[in-house]
Amino acid sequence: MAENVHISGSLRRRLTFSLIGGAAILAATLYLVARSYSAQIAQQGQDNILGAAVSSILDVAIMRDGAVEVDFPYASFSMLNTPSDDRVFYAIHQDDTLLTGYEDLPRAPIPVGEKLGFATVEYAGTSLRLVSASRTLVGADLRSQVTVSIAQTQDALAVAQNRISRNVALFGAGFFLLTALLSFWASATTIAPLKRLTQSITRRGPTDLSPVSKPVPSEMAPLVGSLNTLMARLEQSLTRSEEFIAEAAHRVRTPLATVRAHAENTYQRVEREDNRAALRAMMRAVDESSRAAGQLLDHAMVTFRSDNLEKEQIDLVALAGELVRNLSPVAEMKDIDLILQGDAVVEIEGDAILLQNAIRNLIDNALKYSPVESRIELNVTATPRPQVVVCDQGPGFPPDRMQALTNRFSRGENAGDTVGSGLGLTIARDVVAVHGGSIHLSNRAEGGACVTLSF
Amino acid sequence: MKFLLVEDNQELANAICSRMQMDGHVIDHAAVLSDAVAFSETGEYDLILLDIMLPDGDGRSFLKRHRDSQMDTPVIVLTARSQVSDRISMLDLGADDYVTKPFDHEELQARCRAVLRRKSGAAQTVMTLGDVSFDPVAGHLVVAGSPRTLRNRELRLLELFFNAPGQIFPKHKLFDRLFSYDDDVSENAIEVYIGRLRKHLEGSSLAITTLRGLGYRLDQGDES
Repeated sequence: MAENVHISGSLRRRLTFSLIGGAAILAATLYLVARSYSAQIAQQGQDNILGAAVSSILDVAIMRDGAVEVDFPYASFSMLNTPSDDRVFYAIHQDDTLLTGYEDLPRAPIPVGEKLGFATVEYAGTSLRLVSASRTLVGADLRSQVTVSIAQTQDALAVAQNRISRNVALFGAGFFLLTALLSFWASATTIAPLKRLTQSITRRGPTDLSPVSKPVPSEMAPLVGSLNTLMARLEQSLTRSEEFIAEAAHRVRTPLATVRAHAENTYQRVEREDNRAALRAMMRAVDESSRAAGQLLDHAMVTFRSDNLEKEQIDLVALAGELVRNLSPVAEMKDIDLILQGDAVVEIEGDAILLQNAIRNLIDNALKYSPVESRIELNVTATPRPQVVVCDQGPGFPPDRMQALTNRFSRGENAGDTVGSGLGLTIARDVVAVHGGSIHLSNRAEGGACVTLSF
Repeated sequence: MKFLLVEDNQELANAICSRMQMDGHVIDHAAVLSDAVAFSETGEYDLILLDIMLPDGDGRSFLKRHRDSQMDTPVIVLTARSQVSDRISMLDLGADDYVTKPFDHEELQARCRAVLRRKSGAAQTVMTLGDVSFDPVAGHLVVAGSPRTLRNRELRLLELFFNAPGQIFPKHKLFDRLFSYDDDVSENAIEVYIGRLRKHLEGSSLAITTLRGLGYRLDQGDES
């Protein structure tokens, strides 16, 4: 179907990819935000505990006799216990002199106006969270600044952070998968009206050029609008060309009829043989041109309809009966008996106009080649295959060229003076072929030609 | 018989009319649709010959109107379109038959006869001469009370004689009426048909006389 369409990308794919891409970006952002937020919260927890420990130690620092005394409350260290057995370091400075604790443990700078200072430092080969607080102690004649610093390794924090990261990652992946599935569904439903439109146009009959009337989404309205305009224009131009052909046929056939009628009338009156011969030639030429024009049109019509078959249930007997009735007056002129026999009903799936054209051509041929006062038999039978057989009592087909006769413009050598275009059997052959059947020519033992159409 | 011809081409109409009159028929001609309507409403016609493309409208509308008004005068369409689909639509609209232009006058006559025969109850055109009555439409011949059926060529030949009893018909004239230029027969074939007619007319008051070198003549026994 799409063989003559140049394809560039796919709306559905584009939609799916952009939805999935969006979902991926969202999932990654969600992951990063959730992780950093949870890290922040965990850090805050550690900071609070460290701050409380520092404060509780600083609270019990006193100045006695010019010396600073600190009595570590037990609780201040027990609150620093963690499941990962994080190590704790401390240092107490009086002014810039270390009173007790780890000598080179740095002090976190305390921002102005804050009681506590926080910092993350590298110490003893590991990363520590460090909290410092200081207080001014006043003695007899001494003012001294006491600074307490406590640092803790971050093992427990890292464990907690890893756990949270994993959960957030799982959540993000789940979110991404769900969104990906939803985006497939979303693109499918978005494309659906387009598919329905395509189907409704594909399913149309060859002559259906009516506008698309089914409701479509607003975004498709311009497309469907121009499609409808195009079809209206096509219909108009088809109608115009049909009218043109009708008009052309009228313009040509009416004067031809005039020529023929006058020639015929004159033929009745003139007696000189050379004049009569001229008039005969005239009538023959008129008949030939009109028949050729008719058959060329028929052949074009058969070719067109073969590409766009409109099949329906057809009774071949009824169809043949109609043709017999229509052609009987012509048969009568030569006192030919046109006889329809066979089964009562023979139904096939087919295009009525094409089949009528094919069978009419066979009867026309038989009428042309039949002698006066003879019989033409039409046999329409259903078994073993639906068949239409037309037999006459004429001269028969030339035996050596039998199959070649169905070729375009080919006529039998014994056609003699009979008017013909050589398209009749071709039309019949083409029509039968598009119905999946075959045509067979034969001569009867008792004389006469037979054409069999098998379906 | 009385015909109405609806045809806008004056030359063609002239040719058809003169041929019909030659055959002894009466024919009126309407060149436009309005005339055709007026004629068909006033005159009593046995048959209407209708062209489809007319200057003031489509012959199909005439056909539809004709059928809707319950008039049963048969209509034969003279169409310039040869395609099957057009022919079918013509019949669907109520035409009794059609001929495609250009047509053989004898074929038109044959179709007229066939249509009139189908429409039984249409005007019977029985001609009587002496003790012979002849219906050229049905092809019936009644000789002294006994019916006989004629074949097509026999009846066409007899129709000629019946239309002009006592007139001499040269052989070639008879030949032209019975055979088309296409038929591969000698002029003597006419003698076969004369012989058959004589047989049909046996026992009647009519006889076909051969006039050597001149032709044939239908004689009524009583007068001769």
